[in-house]
Amino acid sequence: MSRESILAQIRKSKPELVGLPILPECHIVEGDLTEQFKKTLLLVGGQAIEISEGDIELHIKKMFGYLKLTACNDGTLNFSNIDTCSIDDPRELRDIDLAVLRCRFGVAENGAVWLTDSDLSHRALPFITQHCVLIIPKNGMVWNMHEAYQRIKQENYNGFGVFISGPSKTADIEQSLVIGAHGPKSLTVFLTT
Amino acid sequence: MKHSEAAEKFISDNERTNWHDKALWFVRAKRDIAIKQVAEWEELRALASQIKAHVMSNLDVLLEQFEANAIKNGIHVHWAKDAEEHNNHVLNILKEHRVKSLVKSKSMLTEECHLNPFLEKNGIEVIDTDLGERIIQFRNEPPSHIVLPAIHLTKEEVGETFHTHLGIEKGISDPKILTDIARAHLREKFLSADAAMTGVNFGIADTGGFVVCTNEGNTDMGVHLSQVHIASMGIEKIIPRQEDLGVFTRLLARSATGQPVTTYTSHYLTAQSGQVIHLIIVDNGRSKQLGRADYVKSLFCIRCGACMNTCPVYRRSGGYSYSYGIPGPIGSILAPGANPKEHSSMPFASTLCGSCTDVCPVKIDIHQQLYSWRQDLTEDKKTSSSKRLIMKMMGIVLAYPKLYRFSGITARWFLGFSPRFLIYNKLNLWGKQRELPSVPTESFRDWYSKNRRANL
Ligand code: SF4
Repeated sequence: MSRESILAQIRKSKPELVGLPILPECHIVEGDLTEQFKKTLLLVGGQAIEISEGDIELHIKKMFGYLKLTACNDGTLNFSNIDTCSIDDPRELRDIDLAVLRCRFGVAENGAVWLTDSDLSHRALPFITQHCVLIIPKNGMVWNMHEAYQRIKQENYNGFGVFISGPSKTADIEQSLVIGAHGPKSLTVFLTT
Repeated sequence: MKHSEAAEKFISDNERTNWHDKALWFVRAKRDIAIKQVAEWEELRALASQIKAHVMSNLDVLLEQFEANAIKNGIHVHWAKDAEEHNNHVLNILKEHRVKSLVKSKSMLTEECHLNPFLEKNGIEVIDTDLGERIIQFRNEPPSHIVLPAIHLTKEEVGETFHTHLGIEKGISDPKILTDIARAHLREKFLSADAAMTGVNFGIADTGGFVVCTNEGNTDMGVHLSQVHIASMGIEKIIPRQEDLGVFTRLLARSATGQPVTTYTSHYLTAQSGQVIHLIIVDNGRSKQLGRADYVKSLFCIRCGACMNTCPVYRRSGGYSYSYGIPGPIGSILAPGANPKEHSSMPFASTLCGSCTDVCPVKIDIHQQLYSWRQDLTEDKKTSSSKRLIMKMMGIVLAYPKLYRFSGITARWFLGFSPRFLIYNKLNLWGKQRELPSVPTESFRDWYSKNRRANL
């Protein structure tokens, strides 16, 4: 069996045991988390908007009213016109124009937002949609990825989790940045108060 | 082919060489800006390097822990000692699930195993979905860079390729339009594929999950829309704890492209309902490299590409000058381990300037290893005989101070007074394409002893 022979070869070749370092737990907060998040998200092609809970619907209608098919993972928001939970085959999500998703938290240093299976009716949704809005509470942002993983450890996730930092992009043709490679062509994060 | 011979082809196109050089330096410059935003950058590099050192020293235990947790998560785990076994696993899985069409995201490991031609021979349609990879797949070319696979092509050439293979109008060269065309084309492929194949950036021992980092979103489009997910992972990709990702995700994208993190950092623990995940753990020579004390650190590599972007030789000779699938500095220390005879010229494709070592986020001593390989390969007589002769003569001259001084005097005289054809001929590779600097009238030694006294 290859498994046994690979492991045997590793045991034979591996260098002497080296200790595993302790990771930095504390973090340096170098400024305003919200400002840092907004600045970084802009840099990676997205945008963050501070908004009060009550204004979300109006704002989305204003920004994306021209789009036809909208999916949302929060039943209390009233603009979803497709029930993704009743769809079995994720390929049927192909025509979705906008996905509005409430997510867990954001990371200030890199503009990323963490979402997991429990935020998603289908894992494909935040990738297949043409435009994406992610909603996170303004308070509760973490500064960096060390902190983010501490939090993930506490909250745990089953199945699938993803950090999304800005819209999908590529620079494969002559290093020219193009937004909207395969996934969303725009990504907006609402920071709610 | 030797690196110098292959490079000659590339640099014969002066304009392309300059453009390639600049494009990569641009990426290196973006990296520099990004790392300046992180005050603890050096600390992170040290941590990453220590974590990887631990991984190598405890690899069997971590792999077993990873496997046990992955199985608990419902992932089907396979082991492959070499490329052939890996490819057979993939084919068997595809057959078992009656897969006709496979969408693939970027994986240097499957390149290393030459998976695509193998599957195609066996009647499977393979679609590379990373934009750069799709372009070179159309052109039937291998990637010329591990992060930027189509960096050797101009936008006009991409337009021409799409004209031939996607039937678009001739003469389109706008990157935005070309990307939109590829997006529409690949969307159809995602929606009709039966299975998705991905690489693995990090396999996490304590959760049994794995992480894939991308910018385009092609990995997740492929995986979540199909019923079968096959992931291939080299044994060295293991990290002990999920929290270790905090260190690596902060380093990877900043080093690669200057982004603060990749657009998507996807963590796969279990399959979604109705789907299966197969994970193949691949050795293919890595466990041997683990036993080479001088070279074990080459296994720390997280494939960011920074050492290529910074390398003056890579930038000006292009990825295809290297005989191994992974080019540049990291390729040049991995290749001789894989096949010393075939890749004997690669460790010589370097000025040993050490820039690769400076930028490497996991602190691999790349230039030191290049130097060591040169010695090992020369001792093993894998290098060309003229190179060995020159080295031997140099060795003698450098060992005797008087002989060294004498040869300096004669060389200065020779270079100063010889007719041009004697210096710029076929034997002097340094005289090709460049003028030698004018010869100083005295040696550094003479200058130093004069000036030291004068300054006292
Ligand atoms: S050797 Fe270091 S710099 Fe080069 S690709 Fe690997 S991690 Fe990046």
